[in-house]
Amino acid sequence: MTTPIVNNDIALDEARLLTALRERDEAAFVSLVRRYHGPLLRLAMVYAGSRSVAEEIVQETWLGVLQGIDRFEGRASFKTWLFRILVNRAKTRSERESRTVPFSALAASETAGDEPAVSPDRFLGADHPDWPNHWCAPPTDWGASPDQLLLSKEARERIGGVIAGLPPAQRQVITLRDIEGWSAEEVCNALDVSETNQRVLLHRARSRVRGALEHYFGRE
Amino acid sequence: MSTADAHEMTCKELVELVTDYLEDALPPAARTRFDEHLAACPFCTTYVEQMRQTVKALGSLPEASIPPAALDALLGHFRKWR
Repeated sequence: MTTPIVNNDIALDEARLLTALRERDEAAFVSLVRRYHGPLLRLAMVYAGSRSVAEEIVQETWLGVLQGIDRFEGRASFKTWLFRILVNRAKTRSERESRTVPFSALAASETAGDEPAVSPDRFLGADHPDWPNHWCAPPTDWGASPDQLLLSKEARERIGGVIAGLPPAQRQVITLRDIEGWSAEEVCNALDVSETNQRVLLHRARSRVRGALEHYFGRE
Repeated sequence: MSTADAHEMTCKELVELVTDYLEDALPPAARTRFDEHLAACPFCTTYVEQMRQTVKALGSLPEASIPPAALDALLGHFRKWR
């Protein structure tokens, strides 16, 4: 018999883990590390660009947690506090290495120019007598249960591959928005990007992922 | 969008407005034209549905689990800290 886990239960469970961590309980520490490893690693990838550097940033973040947990008052949620530590570590690191191109410069170059969501040759010409700029090679259905297909290991690997190959600003925006579920406002604040540019980057990134999935599902 | 307002939305225009549409960032007039086009165009309906499915798939990617060596290193730090 299972009861659905509601947010309240998670919060309660987390409060217990934090109390245990303050009491130096190793199992509580391991639980938290396991629980947040995935989200932290993806967030670190936003700043790092390589998996090994991202892993290091995550490690440093946990050291920051141990250093700070006795002073953490719980005014923000643990998750917010944790992510803030990671972002600070990642930024300090990239300043130190100073090889990183600032996000604003990436965003400017990636939003400049045209990047059609769909190849122009899939539409009829603008001079077509009846259907100018309408589909000539329309998208076809992804089968009866695309949601199931999209959850397959192969589809997920494909998506992961496409995300990894996106231009960096697009990758950062789509990771935070769609994979991590941040709001547009949160992303704009974190990356210091305008709402319009955030949306353009998201659009270009999503369009590329859809295009790759279409290819994977067998068109062309 | 300055010249596009007068005529019916085309498929080629629509695919560039999908994200604005899904983000609810289209001005009311453009949203109306978008909806009118969708109601008449099964291809674009499929397209918008695929964009929704794409977003949904992105939101359900599995979490990476921590490599054992990384966990060991953290436990080493933990025991020193404790």
